[in-house]
Order: sequence, then structure tokens, then C-alpha cells
Amino acid sequence: MPTSMPFADVHLPAESDVPPHDAASRSAVPKITIRNLDFFYGGFQALTHVGLDIAEHEVTAFIGPSGCGKSTLLRTLNRMYSLYPGQRATGEVRLNGVNVLDAATDLNLLRAKVGMVFQKPTPFPMTIYENIAFGVRLYERLSTRGMDERVEWALAKAAMWNEVKDKLQQSGMALSGGQQQRLCIARAIAVRPEVLLLDEPTSALDPISTAHIEELISELKVDYTIAMVTHNMQQAARVSDRTAYMYLGELVEFGPTDRIFLNPARKETEDYITGRFG
Amino acid sequence: MSANSTPWRSDTVHYRRRLFVSRFNLAMSLATMALGMVFLCWILATLFVHGMAALSPALFTQMTPPPGASGGLRNAIVGSGVIVATATFVSTPIGVLAGIYLAEYGRAGWLAETTRFVNDMLLSAPSIILGLFVYTVYVVPVGHFSGWAGSMALALIAIPVIVRTTENSLRLVPGSLREAAVALGAPMWKVIVNVTLRAARGGVITGVLLAVARMSGETAPLLFTALNNQFWSLDMNAPIANLPVVIFQFAMSPFDDWKALAWAGALLITAAVLALNIVARAAFRQGKAR
Repeated sequence: MPTSMPFADVHLPAESDVPPHDAASRSAVPKITIRNLDFFYGGFQALTHVGLDIAEHEVTAFIGPSGCGKSTLLRTLNRMYSLYPGQRATGEVRLNGVNVLDAATDLNLLRAKVGMVFQKPTPFPMTIYENIAFGVRLYERLSTRGMDERVEWALAKAAMWNEVKDKLQQSGMALSGGQQQRLCIARAIAVRPEVLLLDEPTSALDPISTAHIEELISELKVDYTIAMVTHNMQQAARVSDRTAYMYLGELVEFGPTDRIFLNPARKETEDYITGRFG
Repeated sequence: MSANSTPWRSDTVHYRRRLFVSRFNLAMSLATMALGMVFLCWILATLFVHGMAALSPALFTQMTPPPGASGGLRNAIVGSGVIVATATFVSTPIGVLAGIYLAEYGRAGWLAETTRFVNDMLLSAPSIILGLFVYTVYVVPVGHFSGWAGSMALALIAIPVIVRTTENSLRLVPGSLREAAVALGAPMWKVIVNVTLRAARGGVITGVLLAVARMSGETAPLLFTALNNQFWSLDMNAPIANLPVVIFQFAMSPFDDWKALAWAGALLITAAVLALNIVARAAFRQGKAR
């Protein structure tokens, strides 16, 4: 576990012979395979020939300076960019073997399978209960009791059931920032997606809420495949199994988090994670 | 560095000049505000003094009288209510749907641009032109004035107001909220109905209420459409009494008791519009707080 690894003073056996894009060392099943992915905002190319595998039941973290394309990459995985004319992606993003970039992809079904949590908490203007039930109702017809159970299950998964069980009928917007973000996570997992995309999920939160959510991420990977963007290197080291370092729209290095942080193969990666980045 | 030589000391020429400019501007804006307030208060005070003198329970129970007799404004109050309510029921769905189209679907594109342009023109069109338009396309072919025609003219005034406020309040909903709903796999119409419209609800309701307030005071379009009726009538196919036209007619008359009724009617409309504005603001605030 990277969580318990004090990576500052450890001298690991040399792994420098490992290529930058090393094959999965922990025999993981790829859930999403990305190949030759290019992304354009109008005429500006934001991603260039990105290729990597996101393994099932693991946390894959994307790090890199602002504007390096990590959020863009996340937004191609659920085709969020398709909301905006002028943004387009070419290449392959295969989820369970099916290319989601195909024009024929049903975007609503894709997004039900690939949930997303954003940087800023986005509770809907409705009660806490309805915030969770909204997404569930889109694809399932549950009895009142079934829905009650689902809401409780999702809130419990997001480690906030005890905090809100007596105020389910209150507005979700009245919660604190950290609670709102956990509500958004609960909302995302309530529809039982296969993949969870987390776009800087803790950057607007205080350290305690951040710790809550990091704990949560570690627990959620048992059931889900998680891809997250973070600006916080320690966070990537703490919660992720694999880390991808991106710079200027290209994937610089990708591998097991321990190795990336302890023994990066590329000079650029090392400069970035040690803070020597210019 | 000693404190004396710091460049931001309060006695520098530059600082004193800035202070003077700031105070001068503040004084000027206070003066212009006072000028506006003086006339507003003057109008309201006059209205209040004359209106209160004519206010009586008979206003709500008796019909508009012939000159020299006593009477009230019952038929005009109810008639105004019916015309405005009908116009509201017609214009709200049209205005809200058009506003949704402009804000959610047609952010760019020639159809949206054209709609927005035409809507802005309608918004600032003199109301008498809308009245004449309905007169030409409805009153003349049908052959008589009617409540329906009045409601049509008022709806034409209300629609652009509602379109504009609906679009503006939907645009204020952060894109992140829209994305969050889309990310759950919700189709566009569900996102709009359940999330964005709900978030913008306060602003939309405010727009409708402001449109109602605007309609209740309009006189010119009703002169060519609903006209007036001295008697009790709820028949929308016939001329129907309404406050603005009664005020217009009575205020222009030489009879003192008619003039008194006109003052009372004017006070009633003003009070109703004030009440609507307060409700609209309260609704907007509540919509924001959630």
C-alpha cells in the first residue's frame, strides 16, 4: 500500500530498467484502454497521442501542472466534452472493449456507467434524499422502500449516513462544503456505475473533509474502477495504485504509484514530484 | 525608511486630489438620487392623498356609475383581473419555453440570435403599437372589441419580459450544475426540468410577476382591444371593464365624482403593483437561498 510508504528516505532496489510506460506489474485487468487519443478545443490540440490502461478495481491518479490535459482526459472518458460543440476527440477509448468515442455511443447510458465527481461540490437544488434519488430514477424503477434502501446504502458508502439520516428532507445546498462533496460522491455511486471519475475532488475542501474523502476513495475501489485528477502529490501517493504524469497534453510517464514517486524513470517526472518544476 | 517619507501619507497632493474627486462624485450621485426621489415621492404622495380620500368599501361592491351618481369600480377591478389572468396563463408557458430554448439549446446559431433580437425589439416596442396590431388582426375581422383581444394585447407585452428574464436566470445557473446532472446519465430535458429550471425558479417566478405588474398598468393596448364596459360582464367575447381604461376615461372627464374614482383606481393599481414587486423580490430571494 502506498499509504504506509514513507517515500522520502527509502532507498529502493534499482528499477530504472523499467520502461516509462511499464506493463501492469500487478496483473490487473484493464477496464479502460486508451490508445492514440488526440483531443482538440477548436483548433487547439490539448491531448497528443495519449495511450494507457486504467485497471479495474484500482485508483489511477493523473498528475501534472495546470493545463497539461489531465482534466480533459478525464472528460473524454464519459464524453462530457460532447456537450460543447467545437470540442472533439479522435483515437480510441475502450470501455469493456467498446470504443466510447464512436458516434453511435448512447451518451446517457455511457454516463450512467461512468460516473463523475467535480472539483466544486454541485448539489442539486433539492432535498438530500432527492439528490440521490434523481440519478437512480433515471434508469431504475424502485419501490419507495427500495429507493429508501438505495439512498441509505449510497449515503452509507459515502460515509455520511449518520450525519444526514435525520435531515434527508433538508436541502442538499444547506450542507457544508465537505458534506456536499460527499453527497455528490454518494449521488454518483447510487446509480451503481462501473467507473468513477474524480476531477480534483478535494481541492475545494479543508484537510479533515479531504481525509474523509481519501479514505472513501480507498474503500470504493473494491467495487469500482477509479480515475482521479489531483494537484496534490501527497494525495496521489496516498490513495492511488497507479500514477500518470502528464505535461503539455502528453503522457510523460505512467506506472505503479510507488515506482513513480520513489524511482521515476523520467527526469521531468522527478522534477515535478520533487517540486523542482520550473 | 522613516514613516515621514512613505509615499502614501495622507497629506500628499495626489491623495488629497483623489479624496476630493471621490467626495465630489459621491455628492453628485446623492444629488441625482435625491432629484429622482423627490419626484417619485411627490407622485406617490399626490396619489395617496387623492386616492385615500376616494377609497371606500363601495369601491369593491358597486359598479362604475354614470356621472353624478355614486358608485364603485367593482366591474373594472374584476375585469382587469380576468384579462390579466388570461394573458398570464397564455404568456407564461410561451415565454418560459422560449427562454429555455434560448438559454439551453440555442446559445448560438441564427435562429436563437434572430429570436433574441426580435424579442428585444418587442420588449421595447410602444404598447400602443401592440394594441393597434391586435386591433387590426383580431378586433377588425371579428367586428367588435372583446376581453380576448385585450388579453392578446397584454400577452404580447408580457411574453418578451418573461422570455428575457427566463433566459437570464437560466444563464446564471452554473455550467457545473448542468454537467453534474449530465454526468449521471440524465437526458437534456430532465436536466432542464429537474435541475436548471429548479435552480433558476426564483428568477423565473420573478419575471412572471414583473410581467403581471407591467400588464396591470397598461392602458393604451386595452383602448383598442378590450375597450370598456359600464356594466357587470365577464364575457370575454364582449367589451369588458378594466381599471386602466376606466381611470383614463374618468380622469379626463369634467365630473368630480368620476375624478375621485379615477384617483382611487390609480391608487389600487399602484398598491397592487407594489405588492407584486415585493412578492417577486421575496420569491427571488427564496429561490436564491435554496
